[in-house]
Amino acid sequence: MPKLKIDGVEIEVENGLTVLQACEQAGVEIPRFCYHERLSVAGNCRMCLVEVSPGPPKPQASCALPAGEGMEVTTNSPMVEKARTGVMEFLLINHPLDCPICDQGGECDLQDQAMGYGNSGSRYTEDKRAVSEKYMGPLINTIMTRCIHCTRCVRFSTEVGGVTDMGMVNRGENAEITTLEKAVSSELSGNVIDLCPVGALTSKPYSFVARPWELKKTETIDVLDAMGSNIRVDVRGNEVMRVLPRLNEDVNEEWISDKSRFSCDGLRSQRLDKPYVRNAAGKLEPASWDEAFAVISAKLSGAAGERIAAIAGDQCDAESMFALKGLMDALGSPNLDCRQDGAALDPSVRSSYLFNTGIAKAEEADICLIIGANPRWEAPLVNTRLRKGWLDGGMKISVIGPQLDLTYDYDYLGASTATLQEIADGTHPFAAALKAAKRPMLMIGMGALSRDDGAACLAVARKIANDCGLIRDDWNGFNVLHTAAARVGGMDLGFTPGQGGCDVSGILNGASSGAIDVVYLLGADEIKMSSLDKAFVIYQGHHGDAGAHAADVILPGAAYTEKSGVYVNLEGRVQRGRRAAFPPGDAREDWTILRALSAIVGKTLPYDDLPGLRKAMHEACPHFTHIDTVEPTSWEDFGTIGDMSAAPFKSAIENFYMTDPISRASETMAACTREFILNAEGATGTDG
Amino acid sequence: MSEIFEFTLENLVTAKQIVAKYPKGREASAVLPLLDLGQRQNKGWASDAVMNGVALFLDMPRIRVTEVASFYTMISMKPVGKYLLQFCTTTPCWLRNSEAVLAAASEYLGVGLGQTTEDGMFSMLEVECLGACVNAPIVQINDDMYEDLTAESMVAVLKALKAGETPPHGPQIDRQKSAPSSGAAVLTKLTFSED
Repeated sequence: MPKLKIDGVEIEVENGLTVLQACEQAGVEIPRFCYHERLSVAGNCRMCLVEVSPGPPKPQASCALPAGEGMEVTTNSPMVEKARTGVMEFLLINHPLDCPICDQGGECDLQDQAMGYGNSGSRYTEDKRAVSEKYMGPLINTIMTRCIHCTRCVRFSTEVGGVTDMGMVNRGENAEITTLEKAVSSELSGNVIDLCPVGALTSKPYSFVARPWELKKTETIDVLDAMGSNIRVDVRGNEVMRVLPRLNEDVNEEWISDKSRFSCDGLRSQRLDKPYVRNAAGKLEPASWDEAFAVISAKLSGAAGERIAAIAGDQCDAESMFALKGLMDALGSPNLDCRQDGAALDPSVRSSYLFNTGIAKAEEADICLIIGANPRWEAPLVNTRLRKGWLDGGMKISVIGPQLDLTYDYDYLGASTATLQEIADGTHPFAAALKAAKRPMLMIGMGALSRDDGAACLAVARKIANDCGLIRDDWNGFNVLHTAAARVGGMDLGFTPGQGGCDVSGILNGASSGAIDVVYLLGADEIKMSSLDKAFVIYQGHHGDAGAHAADVILPGAAYTEKSGVYVNLEGRVQRGRRAAFPPGDAREDWTILRALSAIVGKTLPYDDLPGLRKAMHEACPHFTHIDTVEPTSWEDFGTIGDMSAAPFKSAIENFYMTDPISRASETMAACTREFILNAEGATGTDG
Repeated sequence: MSEIFEFTLENLVTAKQIVAKYPKGREASAVLPLLDLGQRQNKGWASDAVMNGVALFLDMPRIRVTEVASFYTMISMKPVGKYLLQFCTTTPCWLRNSEAVLAAASEYLGVGLGQTTEDGMFSMLEVECLGACVNAPIVQINDDMYEDLTAESMVAVLKALKAGETPPHGPQIDRQKSAPSSGAAVLTKLTFSED
């Protein structure tokens, strides 16, 4: 614990900190470009110079200097000021003065720090260097003349992203960042845009679209995967311009996946902006809310409870699911489910469907078994935690299921349930490895749980967790890797079949056999719609996707940026999203639609406003009151041992860039699909 | 990766010897000697195929090979002539009139820096200090240093190379290695105690 003096104030810091970190702890801000707390130290921008004594009588780069006992650091002396001004002058020598047309303008580190340390005029009269633009894929725009060679992007893609596409070639004045004209093949590539301290790497879809100071910023939660990444939605007028990550050490650190970041253009196209009713000719026709409600009311009033069913989609907020459950209960229907993919999750035991270890704690594990999942696509930010654990802590990772590039090395144990059964029986050597580990974890994906034998897979995974010591007093190594943002919330609310009710496959079978007449789809698009041909389908959602095409009545709802709602992420963390924009046209927030409909069918829900709804929801599920916390769960018995099919596990996601109505409507995601999915398939399928 | 270069059998043995010098798991450290070996086999330059081959041989990312290859002037990333002339123009050589040597070579060959003669014999390259300042000005031709050059001796060396001869490398004036050019200044007379 070295003690040092910073600007005359004594401070004691932890071992292994740098002078820059010590200064931050002392509340002194040090300007920097290349240093980033989540990346390795490069020490090449020289902006963080400070004066240190004892030591050589020259300024020193504080980011690369370990804090030592008895150091006296001065950060505001004339020498430091002069040194930083000099560094800034050098940086600006080859930096173009194109701030007025630069997308980074207004949120640029270089611009900001030039205000603090830049000279008012230039002494440089020679030619500035110019660098040709590079191709880095459909997401990243490059204006490489602006690059100051901090190499943050190279370090991020190599260290966090786990792809070695970016690098710095040549040297001295000719140094350039490049990918050798290849798209950056990481699902996290968008983060280099945030990391770039200048306008060299900017967002391609957002280029020349808006200025930061004309955007309204709303802090909310992402729903494109089950991570519950904390995001900031920037809106101009009523249009979502971009999505940026927000710091949450427990969830997404400060990264988000490309799907979360770039799908927002999907919020503008294929939107449902007015109610539709299918006419006698079988065509969907625009209607008023009253007309749509009247049609539904006529259908519902005659129907018996068990002939009505409801399926909630993957992006629903808890409030709307709670309201729909309330309506279904009032109508006497036990047929409701939030597991579109048919995942065999047990709603009665909370620890059976959670990522119990916790996202942040997952990096502390020393051994990890991945079952039937591709975490790189299903939960990219869980994957970065595993990669971090593998890189820093020597985590040993083993995989049963699809054999894919996960950005870290792993032992491949097998493709199917045979290996899983061997581990459960204790005959596989991996069982012993699990038992010997200090912090073992397993992770079972929807690729295993959504199969017909999902319940048996879950039971075997539980047996492994139990028998191999994954469950300890201070550690629960049993994890379910969800892909749907609404799933845990739906399970918590009990949006699952009631007494004698049907689950999703039961509802689909019932609808095609005629046992179920009315199916209410709340943003559910991932089910087999052809099964619903005979039933009367009500689709409430925000995009004209599969569900809307199969619907007899469409009720236009709000997307995740357009409503305030609670979401529960895969580890069970309750988080509150906020409205950033209004739903388009006649579309309304989802719970208000359900509340209005309930009054028309004569089953008025007992709340008139959002606080009222939340109060009722909190009574039903008390842990929903604890925003941004993970409620501890107890380890119970669940799962039914049964026969497992020998078919190999597949990932639940076939195309990372298109998994839901929003990303399917996004042009940017379509471009990514062309670049990364179709091109890659072409290369392996036909070229070699 | 499109084209992939492969070492000849003889070079493959050398390459394996080189890699064996580095600790296990640190094989990528051999990238520089292997690039050199590869470019020697490939007419003096590291083509994309050579870099692909080295990346594959060392199991390292292609971009890391490019980073190293593009950093060092020792690795040529475009085709070079049979003789690669590396002109040192750093301060000591420049003080000893390396400009005249450079100009004479350029005039005689009809090409400038960074260019190759049409017959594919000579390429000219400007480099920083070659570390033989005592014998400035110097030019490195492939692996040999030609020292104490003047415009005339430069042209003479080039003429000999063109004629297919191998002119002796080292100082091009009457001088033994880097001993004083004006002759010995000390120990001119050896005396022994018995005398």
